[in-house]
Amino acid sequence: MSILIDKNTKVITQGITGATGSFHAKGALEYGTQMVGGVTPGKGGQTIGFDLENGTNVTLPIFNTVKEAVAATGATASVIYVAPPFAADSIMEAVDAELDLVICITEGIPVLDMVKVKRFMEGKKTRLIGPNCPGVITPEEIKIGIMPGYIHKKGHVGVVSRSGTLTYEAVHQLTTRGIGQSSAVGIGGDPVKGSEFIDILKLFNEDPDTYAVIMIGEIGGTAEEEAAEWIKANMTKPVVGFIGGATAPPGKRMGHAGAIISGGKGTAAEKIAVLEANGIRVAPTPSDMGATLVAVLEDKDLLEKCKG
Amino acid sequence: MNIHEYQGKEVLRQYGVNVPRGKVAFTADEAVSAAKELGSSVTVVKAQIHAGGRGKAGGVKIAKSLEDVASYAKELLGKVLVTHQTGPEGKEVKRLLIEEGCDIKKEYYIGVVVDRGTGRVVVMGSEEGGMDIEEVAANTPEKIVKVVVDPAVGLTTFQARQLAYDIKIPGELVNKAIKFMLALYSAFVDKDCSIAEINPLVVTGSGDVMALDAKLNFDSNALFRHKDILELRDLDEEDEKEIQASKFDLSYIALDGNIGCMVNGAGLAMATMDIIKYFGGSPANFLDVGGGATKEKVTEAFKIILSDANVKGIFVNIFGGIMKCDIIAEGVVAAARELGLDKPLVVRLEGTNVKLGKEILNGSGLNIVAADSMSDGAQKIVSLVK
Repeated sequence: MSILIDKNTKVITQGITGATGSFHAKGALEYGTQMVGGVTPGKGGQTIGFDLENGTNVTLPIFNTVKEAVAATGATASVIYVAPPFAADSIMEAVDAELDLVICITEGIPVLDMVKVKRFMEGKKTRLIGPNCPGVITPEEIKIGIMPGYIHKKGHVGVVSRSGTLTYEAVHQLTTRGIGQSSAVGIGGDPVKGSEFIDILKLFNEDPDTYAVIMIGEIGGTAEEEAAEWIKANMTKPVVGFIGGATAPPGKRMGHAGAIISGGKGTAAEKIAVLEANGIRVAPTPSDMGATLVAVLEDKDLLEKCKG
Repeated sequence: MNIHEYQGKEVLRQYGVNVPRGKVAFTADEAVSAAKELGSSVTVVKAQIHAGGRGKAGGVKIAKSLEDVASYAKELLGKVLVTHQTGPEGKEVKRLLIEEGCDIKKEYYIGVVVDRGTGRVVVMGSEEGGMDIEEVAANTPEKIVKVVVDPAVGLTTFQARQLAYDIKIPGELVNKAIKFMLALYSAFVDKDCSIAEINPLVVTGSGDVMALDAKLNFDSNALFRHKDILELRDLDEEDEKEIQASKFDLSYIALDGNIGCMVNGAGLAMATMDIIKYFGGSPANFLDVGGGATKEKVTEAFKIILSDANVKGIFVNIFGGIMKCDIIAEGVVAAARELGLDKPLVVRLEGTNVKLGKEILNGSGLNIVAADSMSDGAQKIVSLVK
């Protein structure tokens, strides 16, 4: 089991003929993802071919619109690599086509565009992950996004994070300790986004194959604090945390649009204190995320189960 | 992106937001002729720097004559203002806003922001104008009122009216306050602001509602559709290294430590600073080379790190996902050779092609210390710069 996606999920790529889109569509195919088509307006009716490392060649159909792509392929998920000025429109197009899941990798979408997107999505069935995120992976089944697949291992720990590279760091620390992951989800570094920590934690809580979760937050906003309170009230599985940005100066945007301490709010110290007050063990350094989880798994007698 | 107060007021004026008449001046002579042109009995001379707290730091002067204007302008131009937002080194005043004085009856606060929790624009108001709004929020939160704006309809008249009454704008001026808020909201949305703060909003003896100060910040992700705003950028207000970095699409922020950092990914870059601090060191910068770094980009990143005279050593921390470790290693070696690196360099590589990357570093003949993990690397660089 896993959350959001599994080996049966059919995916299309919006922006498949761009350099980034085609590169990562190939990466997904290499991993075994059922990538079934792509969308590039104006190139509908053409195809795009991929020569995979295992010697096979895959040819995917290209469509002008998401609606057409869905009708022809039966896709239920989409991944977006469209340039920032047009990405919000692409998300809304995917939502309108009634996909179950849309994952937007694009970094740099204007925040007011995302405000409109969220309003547009109200009452609709689609779940959005991102933007400005690495994507979602269910190890050894399906990869949708830009993460390096080979560092992952199938297993029972869920990972959810605002940062791509810190997700890789955490996953790597788990895999090298023999601990696999059920799914790893990057929710993205933007201030207004499709899914927050709580949305993903709920899914991990309901997934019988997830035994524990690592939650990686960073400065800015209060999503970690809200998640901590939700965890204390609802989560039946152990969660360990890490918060990046303890040394970040206030008022400066630290790479991610959402990673900014404003008005004295959203500091790492504040977040760590709230996490700990709600019974969540926080890794003292990013190098200790794996070790901290192992310690908690040992306490809960879950380590052997997670290594299985 | 930040702009100056006088530029912010100019933008707001275009949307019909009521602001005092004023003009920018770069010299004392310009200040005097601006004041002459305004012809008001009282003239305000305001230092223009990208930081709040100017009034308390002595950056705002009330002039009753043209002689006053001249002497205040001379005093302020070239002066280094230190406010709670500039840091201890302060900021040099290079521009002044010469503005007509007005007869203030009462001060209020109006702010427009994007609220992360609701994913919507929120307009806030307070009857406690002219004060630090964070202090008001902490001490008397009941004095801050908010309305959440539905992007499908924008700020509505009833919401603006509600705010105006809640912050106790005098009844006869409520309609002017509504017009002010609707115009401010239009400017915010139209120009992709991230913050629009009017502190204080004032009502005057002559029955006007106007913005006495204006702080506008813009969403840098949206500047591609606002060439006019981009022209307002004042490079004098930014760190030279940060400007250089932005030319190469590197995300760099200068800090005051002595360990230069080069990392891929914003989250990992932040965490790298944290771990240096954890082991007793002090990071000199935040630097994210991004996912698609080339040899040239890595070299540029090195140059920027080394242009900081405080840097005593460098920690390169790369988790190669899409980015291959051998490319990074080649970039590091090329940069170290080109720049004749004479400072300790610790490199931690992990991920795609890591073996190849390590071979390139080891075979380079350069004095590069390899690290096995983030914490190993952080401890090594901290001990090397001591």
